[in-house]
Amino acid sequence: MKYLTEFRNGEIAQRMAREIRQIATRPWKIMEVCGGQTHSIIKNGIDQMLPAGIEMIHGPGCPVCVTPLELIDKALAIAAQPGVIFCSFGDMLRVPGTEADLFQVKGAGGDVRVVYSPLDAVELAAKNPDKQVVFFGVGFETTAPANAMSVHLAKRRGLSNFSLLVSHVLVPPAIEAILGAPGNVVQGFLLAGHVCSVMGYWEYPPLAEKYKTPMVVTGFEPLDLLDGIRRTVVQLEAGRHEVENAYERIVTFEGNKPAQKLLAEVFEVTDRAWRGIGVIPKSGWKLSEAYRAFDAEERFHISGIRTQESPLCHAGDVLRGALKPAECPAFGKECSPRHPLGATMVSSEGACAAYFNYGRFISAEDLAKAGSGLTGTAQ
Amino acid sequence: MTENLNAAGEVASGKVSTPDFSNWSCPLPLADYPTIVMGHGGGGKLGNELVENLFVPAFRNVALENLGDAAVLDVPAGKLAMSTDTFVVQPLFFPGGCIGELAVNGTVNDLAVSGAVPQYLSTGFILEEGFPLAQLAAIVESMAAAAAKAGVKIVTGDTKVVERGHGDGCYINTAGIGVLRPGITVGPQFAKPGDAILVSGTIGDHGMAIMSVREGLEFESQIRSDCAALNGLIADVLAAVGSAVHTMRDPTRGGLASTLNEIAQSSGVGMAIDEASLPVRPEVQSACELLGLDPVYVANEGKVVFFVAPEAAEQVLEVLRAHPLGRDAARIGQVTAEHPRMLVARTAMGANRVIPIQIGEQLPRIC
Repeated sequence: MKYLTEFRNGEIAQRMAREIRQIATRPWKIMEVCGGQTHSIIKNGIDQMLPAGIEMIHGPGCPVCVTPLELIDKALAIAAQPGVIFCSFGDMLRVPGTEADLFQVKGAGGDVRVVYSPLDAVELAAKNPDKQVVFFGVGFETTAPANAMSVHLAKRRGLSNFSLLVSHVLVPPAIEAILGAPGNVVQGFLLAGHVCSVMGYWEYPPLAEKYKTPMVVTGFEPLDLLDGIRRTVVQLEAGRHEVENAYERIVTFEGNKPAQKLLAEVFEVTDRAWRGIGVIPKSGWKLSEAYRAFDAEERFHISGIRTQESPLCHAGDVLRGALKPAECPAFGKECSPRHPLGATMVSSEGACAAYFNYGRFISAEDLAKAGSGLTGTAQ
Repeated sequence: MTENLNAAGEVASGKVSTPDFSNWSCPLPLADYPTIVMGHGGGGKLGNELVENLFVPAFRNVALENLGDAAVLDVPAGKLAMSTDTFVVQPLFFPGGCIGELAVNGTVNDLAVSGAVPQYLSTGFILEEGFPLAQLAAIVESMAAAAAKAGVKIVTGDTKVVERGHGDGCYINTAGIGVLRPGITVGPQFAKPGDAILVSGTIGDHGMAIMSVREGLEFESQIRSDCAALNGLIADVLAAVGSAVHTMRDPTRGGLASTLNEIAQSSGVGMAIDEASLPVRPEVQSACELLGLDPVYVANEGKVVFFVAPEAAEQVLEVLRAHPLGRDAARIGQVTAEHPRMLVARTAMGANRVIPIQIGEQLPRIC
C-alpha cells in the first residue's frame, strides 16, 4: 500500500498546491494527455486546488473514446456471428456503435466476454479450437505490448482460430496534431506516465523544441499530478520548453526495450482515424505483414458498415480541448453515462463521464459548501 | 450419468422427446446418485429422499418436521416484517462463505435493518441437472449453521430441478418473517439533517472476494467475504440507543455509495462523507486499484450503515466496536439539508466531489 498512500497525502498536496500558487504569475493552459490522469484529476479534485489562472485541458488519451465508430460497428458485427467468442476489456462493452453496443450483442446471444488480459483470450482460443476467438485490441502504447504478445504467442502455438481486431493509437502524433492545429491554446503538456513506461520519452524532445512547449512525464496519483503541473508551470514562467521526467520511479528515457522490440516486430505504423478528431497521419499501429493472418478485419471481411454519429455530440471539441464537457449543450441532458451519445461519456477515463460522475454539473462553490459541514467528522 | 435418465429412464439415443417425470421414480437409493437428476425435483420418491435425508436432518425443527404443505408458526401479537431475496452467486463457494450462508444471512439482514427480530425463513432451491449432491449437502449444512448462528428457523422449502444447461448449478431463494420491535421506527425515509452516518466495518470485502476467485486473480493475502448475520449487532445498538437510530441498511449490491444515494433519495436529504474516514482493508484497496474499481461501489454482505441522532453517535460507535462484527466501525459523515438527494465526498486532498448512483456494473478499465 505504501506506493499508494505515500502519493495521496493530503497535507503534502496542499503544500504543493500552495507552491504552485506562489510560482504562477500568469494564466496557463496545460493539457494532461492521458484519460487516466483526467480521471484522477477530477476524482481527487486536483483542478479545484490550482490557482484560478491554471487551467487543465483534458486531452484525447482515452482509448475507449477515440476508437473509431466504424471499428466499433465492425466489432459488433463480428461479435454477433455464431461460432465467435469475442473478448474485450470491460469498458469497451458499453461504447455505443451506430445502432447498439456489445452489451446488447451479448444480450441477443453473442458470446462476448470480458477478459483482463489478451493472453486470457489466447488461452480461450487454445481451449476452444472449434471457435473463432477475437480480441478487441484497443489502446495506446500502454496496452500494446500485451496485445502484441497475444498475437506472438498465438502464432508460436499455431492457434489459427485467434485473431486481433486492432485499433492502436500513438501519443506523439496526437500531440503534434494538437500543437499544429490552427488556434491551438495548449501551452504545456503532462505526458502520459504509463505510455512512457513502455516507450520512454526519447520521442518528445523534438516536439518540445519544434513547438516551444514544455512537457513533463507525469504519473497518476495526486502528488504525481501536482508535481507534474508544478514543474510545467515553473518552465512556462521561466520561458523554458524542455522534456522533464516527474515519474522517475517508473519511467526511464529509453523505456522498456524488450517491449519496444516486440512492438516493432508485431506492428507497423499506419494512418489512423480518431473518433471525434479525424484521421491523423502515422498515428496508429496495425499488424505487420508477418502477423497479417491474425488480423480480424482480414479474417471476417465485414463490409457495408454505415456509421452515423449523433449530431448532438461534441466529443471531438472536448477531445481537442476546445470545449469543457459541461459546456456541451447535450451534457447531462440528452447525453449521460446511462444514454451516452459519444464515447467520452462511456469510459471512466472519458472527460465527459468524469465530469458527470464526479458532479461537475454543479458549481465549484456549491460543491465547496456541500463539503464544508464535514469539519471534524473524520475519526 | 445424466444421459441414462433421458426420457423416463430410457438410454438416450439422440431422439428428442419430452420426458414426463410426474410419475417417475428411480429404484436406486439416494446414496447411489452422486449428482442431481431430474427426478430430485419431480415430487416423487427421489425428491422425498432429498427432503428426508438432507433437508430435514439439517434444518431440524418442529414446524418443518410436520412436512405439511405450509409451516404453521407461532408469532406474538404486533407487526410482522417480511422480505425475500434470490441468490445466484458464482462461484457457489468463495473465500469466507458460500451461497447457502449468503441466502440465510441476506434475508436475516434485510429483516434486521427493518428493525425486526428475524424468526422464520423459507428456502427454495433451483438445482441444475448434474449438480453434485456433495456440494448441495455442503450448502445445506452451511445454511443450517448460519440459521442456528442467527437464531432463525428454516420452516418450509421447495426444490426444483432444471435440465442441464438451463441453470448455474444452484440458485437459492429465501423469504423471511421477523417480528417488529415495539417503539422502534426505522426506514430509508427517516434520515434527518444532522444525523451522523456510521458504517459497521470495512467496505468492499465481499465483492472483491468474489471477483478475485471469479477472475482468477491472486493477491498476496486472500480477500475473504464479510458474509455474516447482522441481527445480533443491530440488536445491541437498538438496545443501547433505541429510537436515536433513524435509518439502517446493509450496503449489498452497488456498495456503500448506492445505499447512501438511495437513502438520500428516500429521505430527500443531502449527505456529506469524508473519504479519508472510510474503512477499507489495504488488500481490498489494492485489488480495486488494480482493476480500476472504487470500493464505495463494491458489495458487502456483513456490514450495516446507521443514520443516528448526532448526540448518540459516539455511544453507537462504542457498542459497534465492542461487537466482533463491528470492530472496524467508523463515523464517515453526516446528513445535510443542503444539496438534497446528492452524496458529496470530501476527498483526501480536501476537494469535493459528487458520488453518483452507478449505472449498471462497474467495468474494469483498459489501463
